[in-house]
Amino acid sequence: MTGQLLEVNDLHISYKVYEGLLRVLNGVSISVGEKEKVGIIGESGCGKTTTMKAIMRILAANAMVAGGTIAYKGHDILRLGRQELMRLHRTSMSMIFQDPTAALNPVFKIGDQLQDIVRYSEWRSSVPNKQEVRTRAVELLKSAALPEPERILDSYPFQLSGGMRQRVCIAMSLASAKDLLIADEPGTSLDVTIEDQIMRLLKQIVEERGLSVILISHSIGAVKGFVTKLYVMYAGMMVEEAPTEELFSNPLHPYTQNLLKAVPKLTGGGVPEGIAGRIPSYLTITDACRFGSRCRFAKEHCHINAPPAFDVGNGHKVACFLYGGS
Amino acid sequence: MKGAISRGGFDYRKSWHKFSKNYLSAVGLGVVLLVAFVAIFAPYISPYPSHAEFYVNYPEAHEPPNWVHVLGTDQFGRDVLSRIMFGFRYSLMMAVVVLSLVVPPGVVLGLVAGYYRGGKAEMVIMRAADIFLAVPPLVLALSICSVLTPSVFNAMMAVSLMWWPWYTRLVYSISSSLRNEAFVQAAEIAGASPFHIIFREILPNCLGPILTKMTLDAGWVILIGASLSFVGLGAQPPTPDLGTMVSEGGKFLPELWWISMFPAMTIVLVILGFNLLGDGVRDLFAAEAV
Amino acid sequence: MSAEEILVVKGLKKYFKTTRGVVKAVDDVSFSVMKNETFGLVGESGSGKSTVGHVIMGIYGPTAGSITFSGKDISMGVGRRPKELKKQLQIVFQDPASSLNPRRTIGQILGLPLRVHHLVPDGNYAEKVFEIMDLIELPREFAVRYPGEQGGGEKQAVAIGRALATGPSFIVLDEPTSALDVSIQAKIINMLMRFQKEFNLSYLFITHNLSVMRNVAQRVGIMYLGKIVELADTPEFFSKPLHPYTKMLLSAVPVITREEEALKPEKVTSTGEISGALSVPPGCSFHPRCPFVMDVCSKVVPLQVEYKKGHYVACHLYPSAINAE
Repeated sequence: MTGQLLEVNDLHISYKVYEGLLRVLNGVSISVGEKEKVGIIGESGCGKTTTMKAIMRILAANAMVAGGTIAYKGHDILRLGRQELMRLHRTSMSMIFQDPTAALNPVFKIGDQLQDIVRYSEWRSSVPNKQEVRTRAVELLKSAALPEPERILDSYPFQLSGGMRQRVCIAMSLASAKDLLIADEPGTSLDVTIEDQIMRLLKQIVEERGLSVILISHSIGAVKGFVTKLYVMYAGMMVEEAPTEELFSNPLHPYTQNLLKAVPKLTGGGVPEGIAGRIPSYLTITDACRFGSRCRFAKEHCHINAPPAFDVGNGHKVACFLYGGS
Repeated sequence: MKGAISRGGFDYRKSWHKFSKNYLSAVGLGVVLLVAFVAIFAPYISPYPSHAEFYVNYPEAHEPPNWVHVLGTDQFGRDVLSRIMFGFRYSLMMAVVVLSLVVPPGVVLGLVAGYYRGGKAEMVIMRAADIFLAVPPLVLALSICSVLTPSVFNAMMAVSLMWWPWYTRLVYSISSSLRNEAFVQAAEIAGASPFHIIFREILPNCLGPILTKMTLDAGWVILIGASLSFVGLGAQPPTPDLGTMVSEGGKFLPELWWISMFPAMTIVLVILGFNLLGDGVRDLFAAEAV
Repeated sequence: MSAEEILVVKGLKKYFKTTRGVVKAVDDVSFSVMKNETFGLVGESGSGKSTVGHVIMGIYGPTAGSITFSGKDISMGVGRRPKELKKQLQIVFQDPASSLNPRRTIGQILGLPLRVHHLVPDGNYAEKVFEIMDLIELPREFAVRYPGEQGGGEKQAVAIGRALATGPSFIVLDEPTSALDVSIQAKIINMLMRFQKEFNLSYLFITHNLSVMRNVAQRVGIMYLGKIVELADTPEFFSKPLHPYTKMLLSAVPVITREEEALKPEKVTSTGEISGALSVPPGCSFHPRCPFVMDVCSKVVPLQVEYKKGHYVACHLYPSAINAE
């Protein structure tokens, strides 16, 4: 589909390790439109962070892109030169990471770190005035709902609470995110009430600035109130894609169904069943459907070929032979 | 399988792969093995073994490197190459003896100080270590050696005395930070004795840095030993210690350069070998990136 | 102490002296756990819930208050506890990556409690270790592997196996599933519930995840900055919460279904920042964030009141039992 802000198409990524090749991503495709909020849910090791790192081109040295394309605003991200890529990072896309404590340098004050970013992203060609930079930094902190921004600029990360650190990271990303913001599990290391606060803040900021967002989480409830389109990933495969409401009311892929059933309910009802079996090893993975070994409905051909994404209408796609050819 | 449960699994090929990722580590290993081999078999493989001790043959003295004496002869007509080969013995002996004396007590003291943090043991041990560390190593060794009769043995004792605190410091920093890790608490809750916790739970986590340091230290100990001999406080002539050879040969520079240059270059080579090996040992224990 | 109580905590206090002041991690906490019950302790970071678990296990000694286990006082540190007590009282830590020694194999880790307590008479540890591995559903080959090679769920299963090795009657579960994915979390919790029935265990289940708590605990206590602010039977706690903090926490839980959304109390928004543990506010420690704050809240510490039968709350909004009004 043309006109999308970001299009990842049939991405294959492997990691080279001593024991062999970890064939992690096996044809992942996602698309994010202008001002669209998209979520990716999946469990640890499913490849969601790898996909995001590929988009930002911050993959580890032993990662190999074995196929696929990433198109962002007309640029071919995977083949982009260093200079062009850095310009994009400075002016267009940004990422918020899971652990705000690790994302901030503990030996520098917040002000130093934030002002560096501000200077780098906005005053590339001219030498900025110190006062201008500081004013801009204060503005950013204010837009992240931080109280007493002047005091925060002069503080070290350890003097702030977890929620405040994450808000500082959000402020930092706002300096350069004019089009796309990638948030990798932004609330995972925070308490529930703080996470709630952060997510509401993020939603407000994103809507005010008309940003597109990719929100990654393994907390299904956290994405529900935020995104309009959801992707479900399993073992490097995109197994289902649907508008949010549709996915929750009508989950089609067996993995999605099991996943939603495995979440304990606040209303009680007992401990849910887990999913039998374990994630396949990326070393020995085959071209079959990666969920096949744990699927109740698996047929013979599921163990031979991987299903493509079948369109079942309403913007809902499922990669499962139950819903299409064989 | 039964016995394997109490031991751990060990993958030799993978370890070699990690070790030799940087080919220089393998070079270092080669150098060290060569030195060790030469040191052990010196009497059998050196061209003129009798030259290693008291030997005088003035007609053959002062010969530059030639086919008969590959590295030349010194002022007494002794073959430089053979003396260097025997010199390896003293160098390696220094490294082995000093490290054997220093590492076990140093490591144990560090483990104990780290485990009993906040107690008297920690204070006593670490303050003692601080005192020894405050004195520059060479100065301390020189002072001790000048008080006692100069000899290889006393040089080794002097170096040992000022070397142990480094290991205590190193192990203390690891041990005290691991002390509060959940797995140590879990072991305490399970009822394990302090002996078990110190030696079976904490020590395995210190092995990497300890072995790396030992490898690098071997080079340093050899250098300090050679330095002591150089100033006359270690091995005495006619012992073919590398440091002594450099010092004696120095008188004849620059005309009879080979008498001191070759021993000096050999010292450099040996230390370089240990340093490269140390890098490899460090890589061996490095955590794997996912 | 009634015949049913296995663990009784009374007036427990644990203060830590730091260079920047005194941290009152646990400040006058009282509760009891019945035999074969799962008692839940909920709270966010800084609430002191983990510290309560640590003091019960003897990792720290209490600053004040008493802890009794089966009637016997257990306020001494773990080093001074009788061997029998150590066998009865076990803990599963939150982060399996740090609670298992990365340089010991799984077999060695599971074998440690067996060795220490001489639980295998003829020294044939392998057999007993295999039994435990079957119990926690791990393939026997894993006994020679290191924890680092396993996923979070397997590691936590090993931690549980280690706790069960001594045949305890009480296990403190300190956030046993917080580091795990949803599907694995379900597996682990199922395992824990099965073991509870099979081995007649009592659990102190500590977590910040209210959805999990709803389905595992019979009674729940919620902690804030070192104090228990509300304590009730689980259904009552979740459907009729009293304390503003409980309501705030419940209203912030991300849920999926409409029924859960309907169950959640009306959104309670914090009116301030959470205070650090060093500067606990005077009076009710929650008052700077409480939208229902009254004058008295900043001056007087609210007492714990049995508002309804079995439902305790410490809040000035509920100064006495419901019938007394």
